[in-house]
Amino acid sequence: MKFGIVTFPGSNCDVDAIHAVTDQLGQTAVSLWHRDHDTQGCDVLILPGGFSYGDALRAGAIARFSPIMQEVQAHAERGAPVIGICNGFQILCESHLLPGALMRNAGLKFICDWVHLKVDGTAPLYLAGYSPDQVLRIPIAHGEGRFAADDATLDALEHSGQVVFRYCDAEGNVSDAANPNGAARGIAGITNAAGNVLGMMPHPERAVESLLGSTDGLPLFESLLARVGA
Amino acid sequence: MSRFRVSVHIVPRKGLLDPQGKAVADALHALGFADVEDTRIGRHIVLDVNADSAAAAELSVKAMCDKLLANPVTEDYQIASTVTA
Repeated sequence: MKFGIVTFPGSNCDVDAIHAVTDQLGQTAVSLWHRDHDTQGCDVLILPGGFSYGDALRAGAIARFSPIMQEVQAHAERGAPVIGICNGFQILCESHLLPGALMRNAGLKFICDWVHLKVDGTAPLYLAGYSPDQVLRIPIAHGEGRFAADDATLDALEHSGQVVFRYCDAEGNVSDAANPNGAARGIAGITNAAGNVLGMMPHPERAVESLLGSTDGLPLFESLLARVGA
Repeated sequence: MSRFRVSVHIVPRKGLLDPQGKAVADALHALGFADVEDTRIGRHIVLDVNADSAAAAELSVKAMCDKLLANPVTEDYQIASTVTA
């Protein structure tokens, strides 16, 4: 399977994503520049973490208008997989490929830490490798990760199984105490209605080898491989 | 065609948690400004725009706000002033 990792000016997790899909998953990855208009036949597109355009105006607001975003949108509309991690999630929300927005952390501080996530939702493309309600340990690193949307949007997301990850404690309890950034309803990751566009603040690409503390991100990519084909 | 200086206020939508505004409101209360009911912190953008009229300049800035300058999910914007630049 061929992954395209988009680099925007200010992306800093693009190499981590390439490492995860090539060295850990044995797949092919190409680096795509934000000015490109050719996604080189990639099966999956990843918008990585970082600080595109230095977070000027709002995180992801400028990157949304990068030339390659037209291709990312077309890829998403074809039903092909698009993953936005951290800044990538912010870009997908700014692009309206995902609903809601990511706001300044409730505690105002940038948080770099390990968190627990509870698997929720019904997106088999990304969740097939997990058991329902499984508790994962995956790192976060963000200052603007507080997911926000109006109540009607949040209700609709929950109702249709589009909330795929929630912050929880080690036992799997979703609570305010386990919510690092004040995200609405503890939401850490969502998909679009079709289930092919995934956005999440935690970094699954940094949790793919035991040497670095966790392999809980691997099943996400393996689910994709099983569904889309190797 | 004239040049107009259009200023826009963009603030977090009321009802959404604005932790920065809350921290400042708490500090103001601690300083004795008990009359402060709510504080929201946003951004102020000043644009010099070439247009045929002040109304046309404002219309253009509104389009900019809708497309880029403000996030319709979380922010409200308001044109604060328009003067000849």
